[in-house]
Amino acid sequence: MEKFEKITGVAAPMPLINIDTDMIIPKLFLKTIKRSGLGVHLFDEMRYNDDGSEKPDFVLNQPAYRNAEIIVAGDNFGCGSSREHAPWAIKDFGVKCVISTSFADIFFNNCFKNGILPIVLPQEQVDLLMKDAEKGANARMTVDLEAQEITTSDGEVVKFDVDAFKKQCLLEGLDDIGLTLKKADSIASYETMSASARPWV
Amino acid sequence: MTAPKTLYDKIWDAHVITEDDDGTSLLYIDRHLVHEVTSPQAFEGLRDAGRKVHAPDKTIAVPDHNVPTTLDRAGGIISNEESRIQLEALDKNARDFGVHYYPVDDVRQGIVHIVGPEQGWTLPGMTVVCGDSHTATHGAFGALAHGIGTSEVEHVLATQTLIQQKSKNMKVEITGKLRPGVTAKDVTLAVIGATGTAGGTGYVIEYCGQVIRDMSMEGRMTVCNMAIEGGARAGLIAPDETTFEYVKGRPHAPKGAEWEMALEWWKTLFTDDDAHFDKVLVLKGEDIAPVVTWGTSPEDVLPITASVPAPEDFEGGKVDAAARSLEYMGLTAGTKLTDIPINTVFIGSCTNGRIEDLRAVAEIVKGKKVADGVRALIVPGSGLVRAQAEEEGLGEIFTEAGFEWRLAGCSMCLAMNDDQLAPGDRSASTSNRNFEGRQGKGGRTHLVSPVMAAAAAITGHLTDVREML
Repeated sequence: MEKFEKITGVAAPMPLINIDTDMIIPKLFLKTIKRSGLGVHLFDEMRYNDDGSEKPDFVLNQPAYRNAEIIVAGDNFGCGSSREHAPWAIKDFGVKCVISTSFADIFFNNCFKNGILPIVLPQEQVDLLMKDAEKGANARMTVDLEAQEITTSDGEVVKFDVDAFKKQCLLEGLDDIGLTLKKADSIASYETMSASARPWV
Repeated sequence: MTAPKTLYDKIWDAHVITEDDDGTSLLYIDRHLVHEVTSPQAFEGLRDAGRKVHAPDKTIAVPDHNVPTTLDRAGGIISNEESRIQLEALDKNARDFGVHYYPVDDVRQGIVHIVGPEQGWTLPGMTVVCGDSHTATHGAFGALAHGIGTSEVEHVLATQTLIQQKSKNMKVEITGKLRPGVTAKDVTLAVIGATGTAGGTGYVIEYCGQVIRDMSMEGRMTVCNMAIEGGARAGLIAPDETTFEYVKGRPHAPKGAEWEMALEWWKTLFTDDDAHFDKVLVLKGEDIAPVVTWGTSPEDVLPITASVPAPEDFEGGKVDAAARSLEYMGLTAGTKLTDIPINTVFIGSCTNGRIEDLRAVAEIVKGKKVADGVRALIVPGSGLVRAQAEEEGLGEIFTEAGFEWRLAGCSMCLAMNDDQLAPGDRSASTSNRNFEGRQGKGGRTHLVSPVMAAAAAITGHLTDVREML
């Protein structure tokens, strides 16, 4: 997995609440058997007209935000399905960090598996960052995972919490499966115990 | 004397392999259900790393999202090339890695969350995962069941474990009795209406109370199915005689001495008196009416007797969201919900595609006709549900009433196959999500119970089914 240490980039404001996984990547694009190439379809129905042309009002179509690396979003971002195609599309577009007051559980976990940092902050701090994001391309925000700090374009610093294990995995780009396989002996002894306690499983 | 535990605590504790100081735990997974959409990249990952499936005997694969539901599918006609490739990938992966598999031409094929319980794979006290958010369904058995992403699918395939942090405990109690015409679907939607779609985020919900105790297993599955729509990691219901009765004799349920041994443990799976819940919601069964959604979030729930709300009825970010929903849905504030015409009815999905749902629909539509201009689909949740419905004469009732009576699959719930709404179509649907474009780009979805969908099919508009009882 690609590491996440520190990024400085443009943040796109998406204040709409309940942005669901069907909005992030419609089902039409779930038929792929690959992980790559989904960025062009990110937010497809919000981003394109039926003829394939861009909707100029959509934030990521505006010149200031075409290269956004951060999204500041309304409540409950990523609600809906478990499709990992949602973070794959976000990552493929070039966004590496999403900030909101809350995320749906599965989406939140999926982000960490793909080198994306989802950050949960209280409403007033999200409001502050949303305002900063609305300033456009000249307002670049810095997200420093090691220090657990976001610095706005005005130099204002916002601290954030992150699970220690997930932080380590992102900083070092660790592969979960490799880590778990180091515990193969523990898994084997659990299976032996379980086979006698719950043989029907 | 140990501290009192919730049902969730008990199942969690029984599956922890290792726990780190910060609470990060390695959890053993008893059943892994696999479908074609969220698994190809995971199997590819295994191949690339030269890994095997750790426990193929605990892994069950079935195609459901992409499969055609038309009666001619036995001919192998799949119009969409990408769908065909995805289905072929599952077929190859299931056979190469030697997992249990129900191919599309097997009568046991169906929606993964219907097949698991039907075949007795899902049992009380288990941990069950699937690359699908509606895995919450299996919580009806007192199994800790939740959706995972494709990276976690690969992790489970390779190790039969998941790295997890424990969620908080939430209790949702439904007291008393339900009134006639009110179903498990109305209960679960009413709960989401009360909590909001993020109300359960960070929690595992245990549903309890007299209404839940009186419910059949199929109703309980409907309730737990939509726990995810309230944001919860999982929904749970303590197993009881209703559960044991349902499980007994199913193909993969324990038998003989193992049945007795299992039963002894299953009977300990309940929340102890005085166990701590971090959040509690109590609803009175008598207060729940048949409900319908008006917007594009499952929390946009109102009794069928209400009218379309205005954005100003809400606060905060919901004001803009409601305005956007109303525009998408083509609705005007103040319109009576029963005055909203529909042109499509979809009955099916992992929420409401079981035999009891179809029986309830047949009661309403028997001897009647689907309204002119309405396209109405009934898609059973599995081949066995269809066979049962045929045996009971339900299929004939449906076709005589003018419904399309299909083969099993996810179908128009998420519209990955050819069953889709066209732009501007408006459906009464027994599925679980009314998101923008969910049932087809530009399509408008009103979530309802099976009997409410049946009533709408007959009248051509959203209808209070209580007037037809």
